[in-house]
Amino acid sequence: MPSIYVDHAATTPLSPAAFKAISSQLQQLGNPSSLHTHGRATRKVLEDARESIAREVGSLPSEVIFTASGTEANNIALKGLWWSRMAQGKSVVVISAIEHHAILDPAHWLETHEGAEVIHIPVDVHGVIKLDFFKDLIAQRGDEIAVISIMHSNNETGVIQPIQELVSLAGDIPVHTDAVQSFKKVPLSYKDLGVTALTLSAHKVGGPLGIGVLILRRAYEIPALLHGGGQEREIRSGTLNAPSIVAFSAAASEDYPSADVQRLRDNFIRAVHAAIPDAYINGEASQRLPGIVNITFPGTQSDTLLLLLDNAHVSASTGSACSAGVHEASHVLLAMGHTEATAQSSLRFSFGAASTQADVDFVMSVLPDVIATGRAAHSK
Amino acid sequence: MKLIAAMSGGVDSAVAAARAVEAGHEVIGVHLALAANPQKYRSGARGCCTIEDSHDARRAADVIGIPFYIWDMAEEFHDGVVEDFLAEYSAGRTPNPCLRCNEKIKFAAVLDRARAMGYDGVVTGHYARTQIGPDGKTLHRAVDHSKDQSYVLSVLTIEQINGAIFPLGDTTKVDIRAEAERRGLAVAQKPDSHDICFVPSGDNAGWLRDRLGSEVGPIVDQDGNKIGEHKGAYTYTIGQRKGLGLTVPTADGSPRFVLKIEPVTNTVVVGAREDLAITTMRGERPVWCGPAVGSEVKSGFVQIRAHGAALPCTYYCDGALLVATLEEPLLGLATGQAMVIYDGDRVVGSATVCETQ
Repeated sequence: MPSIYVDHAATTPLSPAAFKAISSQLQQLGNPSSLHTHGRATRKVLEDARESIAREVGSLPSEVIFTASGTEANNIALKGLWWSRMAQGKSVVVISAIEHHAILDPAHWLETHEGAEVIHIPVDVHGVIKLDFFKDLIAQRGDEIAVISIMHSNNETGVIQPIQELVSLAGDIPVHTDAVQSFKKVPLSYKDLGVTALTLSAHKVGGPLGIGVLILRRAYEIPALLHGGGQEREIRSGTLNAPSIVAFSAAASEDYPSADVQRLRDNFIRAVHAAIPDAYINGEASQRLPGIVNITFPGTQSDTLLLLLDNAHVSASTGSACSAGVHEASHVLLAMGHTEATAQSSLRFSFGAASTQADVDFVMSVLPDVIATGRAAHSK
Repeated sequence: MKLIAAMSGGVDSAVAAARAVEAGHEVIGVHLALAANPQKYRSGARGCCTIEDSHDARRAADVIGIPFYIWDMAEEFHDGVVEDFLAEYSAGRTPNPCLRCNEKIKFAAVLDRARAMGYDGVVTGHYARTQIGPDGKTLHRAVDHSKDQSYVLSVLTIEQINGAIFPLGDTTKVDIRAEAERRGLAVAQKPDSHDICFVPSGDNAGWLRDRLGSEVGPIVDQDGNKIGEHKGAYTYTIGQRKGLGLTVPTADGSPRFVLKIEPVTNTVVVGAREDLAITTMRGERPVWCGPAVGSEVKSGFVQIRAHGAALPCTYYCDGALLVATLEEPLLGLATGQAMVIYDGDRVVGSATVCETQ
């Protein structure tokens, strides 16, 4: 029986190059902070990796801070920038209504525990942040804003956000962007975007789990979350995870077949439109990542659809958060104007470098029945 | 068969799911999320509504080797069970929410969804048995009478029973725990759940007071003389003796008992022990777990509490009402309780008590 994986935005297979890199480095002895031969050997491969990742993302190597996850990088950026700006009397955090929980939750933590004020920038029905709203906000309260964090592309819909425009409107207010979904999928340059800070995660691009990166401009020396050896510019402590870092670098150095992935994704969309005429694509009119599509199937409930798909050997997801294993209505879709009911009838399918037309064909061989059964299960 | 195993995170439903798999069925495990905010209803591993319980259910499914999902039934549970519980109390009746949950959630919302998704039935860890006889499938007491749950299943229709699988009815609880241990299920020694799963503290009266308020009203004797005050009539139960706070003693010093709760006038009526005694009960909205009972008088047993005794009685139907007459008088029966008729170990049917005398 085939087992079809269409959840590459959640995590995607370790690339062969990354597997080779991590396996070989796991057998190498040496703490990269040690000064002896073993330590220097590890430090060398680690700094090679740092330079290579910097090249891929368009930053200076010295701007790369290794973390244990994208979530950690987001927390360092948002809290650290807020604290350093709070010292100048600025307390407003500006985020979008569609951020990942790794930004939403630290922002709300700052609000609850540190006295921050959080302002959410709304999005339009296409899932794009409203720049007019942002412009007015800057005009009215620009001098109160400590930090702005807007994701580069959304993890549920794949919709790409106008970060460059946002940065130019923001003036000298630091802007952070969570780019974990965008990295390698679409052109992404830290330098060209002009942001202060940017988050990456290895396992979204064929690297291992448990390694992330915060790109942070050299001029910013922000308070740390983890205190200890001060390994990463005193902003992040902890022995550097050399095997995962070299594997991240190996994965990031590979070409991502964006055009192929997009072709598969679009073939899938065409087939869905043909087989399930009332299904609709969220954010279809917007510029999106090549591999992600978010579809609403009216009259269904996503947890039932996921169960039926799983039984039919297809792994998909909603892309939204779970609370105690129960899917909440997606805050992203709600922000785009969905009702609770339609938000709860939506699934995310995401394709990756290893996806094939056979995957699309298999999903389409089961999806119409799954939707019909899912509708029957919620017809009451 | 293709079956959905409802897995609460307790030992019984875990063994039930394992037995269904062993019997050759294609089984998936489903944990019902019944509280919109799990911590709101209960914290700690005592009930069936916590994150820990859903984790325990997931680990049991892993050990058994079946797929596992969580179904959000919070809205159905709130509307069908919690709201009903409040409405019944505010109407002066004494409901049983477990029975309502079986009727409206486990063997209705879940079974309906299961069937629509191509599954044949729902497996639960209830202690009860079913048998196939000349009249089709029938519901029976479990072998372990001390754990028997046929009372809370008595509201199921034939159609619902046809979709219900109870793999534990032939085994004692002690043996189920031993079997769970043998199967490597971590929940083998998990304590039984008690009380009402959505009342966090077990303080039923307090929970009701928070939701229904505590309007002061009179406590009267049978002649209507006011002899005390209460803070919310629904916090009393028929037959209650303690905690009445009465200061006017009876002539002979004998204790008083709650005889009646009158929600419209917010009055609690008390009287002597012998005034609690009833011999006849009438129940509305009868449900039959087999052939319907007619006007012909039959002999059998009636049970009025989940783990109460089976009381010898005669029973018949008077129009839409089920009537049972006891051989021996019974002290304290509240309207709203379920009266369940048994023919030996077989559940004949049930009704909601609406009148006693």
